This record gives sequence, structure tokens and C-alpha cells, in this order.
Amino acid sequence: MDIIVLGLNHKTAPVHIRERVAFPEKTIHEPLRALHGAAGVRETMILSTCNRVEIAAVVESREQGAAAVRAFVAAHHEVPEGDLAPHLYLHAGADAVRHLFRVASSLDSLVVGEPQILGQVKDAYQYAREAGAIGMVLDRLLKKALSVAKQVRTETEIARSAVSVSFAAVELAKKIFGEIEGRSAMIIGAGEMAELAVKHLVSSGVREVLVVNRTFEKAVALAQEFGGTAVKYEDLFDQLVISDIVISSTGAPHFIIKGEDVRKVMARRRHRPMFFIDIAVPRDIEPSVNDVDNAYLYNVDDLQSVVDGNIKERRKEADKAEKIVEEEVGTFEKWIASLQVVPTIVQLRQSVDAMRAAELEKSLGRLAHLADKDREQVKLLTQSIVNKILHSPLTVLKESSQSPEAGVYLEVTRRLFNLADPPAGQGGDEGNGTN
Amino acid sequence: MLNIRLFQVALALYGLGTFGYLAFLTTPRETVARLARIATGLGVLAHTGFFLARWAASGYFPITNLFESLNFFSWAIVVSFIVLQVRFPAAVVGAIVMPIALLLAASSLALDAAVAPLAPALQSGWLYVHTTLAFVGDAFFVIAFAGGVLYLVQERQLKSRHTGAFFHRLPSLDLLDRVNYRSLTIGFPLLTLGIITGAIWAERAWGSYWQWDPKETWSLITWFIYAALVHARLTVGWRGRKAAWLSIVGFLAVLFTFLGVNMLLGGLHSYTNK
Repeated sequence: MDIIVLGLNHKTAPVHIRERVAFPEKTIHEPLRALHGAAGVRETMILSTCNRVEIAAVVESREQGAAAVRAFVAAHHEVPEGDLAPHLYLHAGADAVRHLFRVASSLDSLVVGEPQILGQVKDAYQYAREAGAIGMVLDRLLKKALSVAKQVRTETEIARSAVSVSFAAVELAKKIFGEIEGRSAMIIGAGEMAELAVKHLVSSGVREVLVVNRTFEKAVALAQEFGGTAVKYEDLFDQLVISDIVISSTGAPHFIIKGEDVRKVMARRRHRPMFFIDIAVPRDIEPSVNDVDNAYLYNVDDLQSVVDGNIKERRKEADKAEKIVEEEVGTFEKWIASLQVVPTIVQLRQSVDAMRAAELEKSLGRLAHLADKDREQVKLLTQSIVNKILHSPLTVLKESSQSPEAGVYLEVTRRLFNLADPPAGQGGDEGNGTN
Repeated sequence: MLNIRLFQVALALYGLGTFGYLAFLTTPRETVARLARIATGLGVLAHTGFFLARWAASGYFPITNLFESLNFFSWAIVVSFIVLQVRFPAAVVGAIVMPIALLLAASSLALDAAVAPLAPALQSGWLYVHTTLAFVGDAFFVIAFAGGVLYLVQERQLKSRHTGAFFHRLPSLDLLDRVNYRSLTIGFPLLTLGIITGAIWAERAWGSYWQWDPKETWSLITWFIYAALVHARLTVGWRGRKAAWLSIVGFLAVLFTFLGVNMLLGGLHSYTNK
């Protein structure tokens, strides 16, 4: 038995390849069932997002399973296998486990730490369950992947900082105002980045957006877009008094808001904090605004340097996350190994115990003259002899499950005790351990 | 003695709490904050037990010498920090508050812990009211101080546009400022009442409301600092940096009134301290 992951992602395949092999969510059950029925495939799951297609499977043997999955993908999407081959990667065993953990933890994402992937893995798990394509091993693997991802999110800062300029603006606003909900924003001028920042602010709960433009008609048009209020340019400073967040992006060749203006505005608004975001080049807001108490001014370069810092921070956090992943891969591998030993142990016990019971019955027939108490004693004797004899081999077997030679011990045990091959399928449930 | 055991347990738990809150400055793990919270909560229970046991053993409200005062102050700081957290999600404040509480309680180890007979001047019901009000008021000023210090750190990071190591770990300026403000509005009335009850008690005990004893003088100075701060916040809308600085100055005045006066200036309030 082996675990494999066959897939391609944004690093290995351009979008025109990715879109050809994507599995649409709505119809994903059908390919899941088909793949589950393929020869040598015991369990399977398909994760398909705009950045990646990953097929995880529990297979009888690595090579055969990988070939089956590869052939299935090519046939299902009607793409020649040769076209896919250069873009596909194959992970097996511990590497496959690690890969899935890293994907779920967003360590393999285009933007490391982005939050959507966790939900996508959850959905993929759900679809595979619904399709009946998941068995014990993948079930455990995917649950573990989700819990590792959660652990990474709570124990590292990997997803906590903004990595785009407009999100950085929102993040800074939150550090100044706490809740953004109920604050008001003003946008002066227009421009793609400024409008994007306003949109993020609105979706974070900004109560009111004031729109200022030299040309009032333009202000009215833009205000409609945000559900905001257009403001006459002459009223700019009056309206600043009620604006907490100011985003400026005009084509003016000189500063339109000066330190002195903000000082006056600040007194009128009883020193409630103000956050100025100057996206214009040349700049709209005089740098000395930042010297006014309770006023915070960031221009485009400042925001970019915050973003750069955040990205560096994320990389550091990613290292911590990799350690968490590595630890969990180790734990999972141990479980996989023990999985193979458990059915053997169960079988061994059952077979020896059956012999004991048969011999005991024969003997008791000849010992009819004994009192019940003594017959009970004889029974206990047989049990304790069996336990004593089995104790050492069972201990060695259990311990061997952690070591690479586990297979050898299992093979020898099966030969020595003349055990039949384990039942088809995955063999013993987890809860089957009688000892 | 059960008494001292409880004190040691409280100290150890405060130590653990301090460590936890400091660690929480560097990691987002909620378990760290939870651990710190539990240690602090258990610590304050042990400390309360110690206080009650001592009260039972001596027969008087145990805030009569420096050893007892240090412990009561430390206890009051931890309690007001716990109370604060009911309203504000500001566990990080513990990184400043808990070391102070720990230091105060631990420094009492250097003092004579023996239960002495109560000085005649202190035998009055006013002892309970006056000391409790004064110390609990001061405890909230410690919280205001902690909020102020963290505010200044976070403000520095935002103004300089260097979102440094603690940027993500510290709460918003808004929250820190509210912590500062709320603590002031609780602490200031308590201090005011503490001074008034002190004056009444002084009249009963010494026959005069006010004698310009160093402790009285410094309490008044402290009161004026906080009065100015509360006034500026309420009328002119002072907030943020200036308020933070003034609550740091106020905290220094509190410390001097409490410790400096006894050690350097003496006077009527220095009863049994060596």
C-alpha cells in the first residue's frame, strides 16, 4: 500500500494547461467514482482550484497506481498524456503526505499564507466522501492535513499581514482605529489603486465614503459607484473634520493638504485620529502632516515598504510552519507503518488462541473428574502460557512498526506462524487492536 | 506556616503569569495567553488567601506596614488587570502590568513579615476605607501607565512607518487609548475619595484635616497630575501620545508617593517601616 499525489500547479503549468485539466466542482463526483474504480486505486480525492489540480490516492503499488491516475486524467480530459507529462509532479509516501500538508497550510500557494486554500481542501475532502472514494487512510490523512493547516494558522503569523498595498492600507487603519466599522472615509481624486483601497475599506465596514473631485460631476459619478456622497472641492477642509481615513489620488502638481491645514482640522475634530493615504505622484499631502499629533500619513512607497516587510515576515513564519508540517508528517508516517503491523498482530493472537481453545477442550474431556474450580484453573493456565509465549514476539512486532524493517518482521512472523494473507482491502480497523 | 506557603505559591504563579504574558508578546498562540491568564487567576486566589489568613492571624486589616502595603498594592494591581480584561481584549497589557505586580510582591520578601501589634494611631475603621481606596485607585493608574507605554510603542511604529516586531502583536491605538482612559476614570475618583477619607481620618486621629505631611503633599501632587489629565481629556479632547506621556508621569508620582516618601522623606505616614 502506498500514498501518492499526482498533480500540477501554478509553478509547473501555465494557465492554459491548468484550465484543461481542471475538474469543475459541480460534476466532480463522477470522476471521483470513476477513479476510485480504477485498477489498483483503493482511495482517492481530487483537489481542483484555479492554481492547482491535485489527485491524492491510496494505491496498491506506487508505479502502477501513478500510471493509472495519469492515464485517467488524460482520458477524462481528452488530453494526450505526452502533453501533460512535463507539467505533472508525482509525490509518494512521506513526500505525498508532506505535499498535502503544505498545500493545505498554504505553504505551496502563489501567495504564501493566503486563506482560501484551506476551504478548498475542506470542500475536496467533502466531495470525495460524498462520492464514497475515501477510506480509512485518506480520511485520516485529510483530516490531519486540515488540522495541521489550522495549527499553522494559529501558531504562526503566516497569514496575519497584508501582502498587497491596498490591504496594507486596511491593515494599518485597523491598527489605528481598532474597528473600521462606523468610521468614515474620504477619497480625493480618482485612480485604480485609490478606488481599490476604498473598496476594501467599504467591505471592512466603513460607514460613509465622501468623494471629492475638482470636477463635481466626476465626484458624483464615483460616489454612485461606492454608494458614497459627493462633496464640493471648496468644502474639502470642512469635510475633513468628519473623515477618519483620507485617500488622495489627484493629478495636482502641488500639495493640496498641508500640515497647517491638518493641525486646524485636528483641533476641530477634538484630536480624533486621522489616517492619510497619499497614492498620488507627485504627492498630494505634505509630509509634515505626519508630524501632527494623531495624524498618520503613508504614501505609496511607505505602503510598499510595509508590504515588503510583511512578505519578509511571512517567509520567516513559513519556516516555523515547515517545522510544524515536518513534525506532523513524522507522526503520520508512524501511523501508516503501524497500520500494517496491527492486522498481523490481531491475526497472530487469534490463530494461537484458536489452537489453545481447541487443545483445552480436548483435554478437559479427559479431565471430567476434576472439580469445576480446578478445571477453571487449568483454563487459566493455558491462557497464561499463551500470553507469556506471545508477549515477546508481540512486543518486538509493535516496536518494529516504527522502524524501516517492519516489513521483514511481518514477513517472518507470517511464515513462522503460518498465517494466511491478510483479508483483502486495508486490513484491520484502528479500533481492532485486542491488545 | 500556611500563611507564608500561600504567599510563595502566589509569587510563583505571578512569575509564571508574567512569563506567559511576556511570551505572548512574541507569539500569537492563544494557549500562551490562556496559560498566563490561568496562572494569574490562581495566583491572585492564593494571594487573597494569604491576605485573609494574615487578617485572621493579626486581627486587623493588614495594610499597616510596608510589607503589607506592597502585597496589597500588588494584589490590587492584578485584580484591576483582571477586571480590565472583562471589558477590553488587551491581554498584552499584562506584559507590563504583571512584571510590576510581581516585582512589588517579590520585593516584600526583603522586609520583615512578622505580625506586629497595631500602632494606636491606626486603630480605626478608617484604615479599611482609606487604604483600600488609595491603593485600588493607584492600581488603576498602573493599568493606565501600561496602556500608555504600549500606546507609545505602537504609535512610534505607525508614525515611523516601520511596522516592527511587535506591530502585529500589539492592539490598535484606539484600544490602548481606551484602556488608558477607562483606567483613569476609575482610578481618579478612587484616589480623590482616598484623599478625602484620609483627611477625615486625620482630623479624627490627629485633630487636623491636613498637615502637609510629605505623604499628603505628594498625594496632592499626584492628584493634580491626574486631575489635569482627566480634565484635558474631557474638555480639550486630549488623547493618545500626550495622554500617554502624562499617565507615565503620573505613575512615577504614584511610585514616589508610595515608596519614595517613606524611604526618603519620612513623616506621619511612615509608621513601622525601617
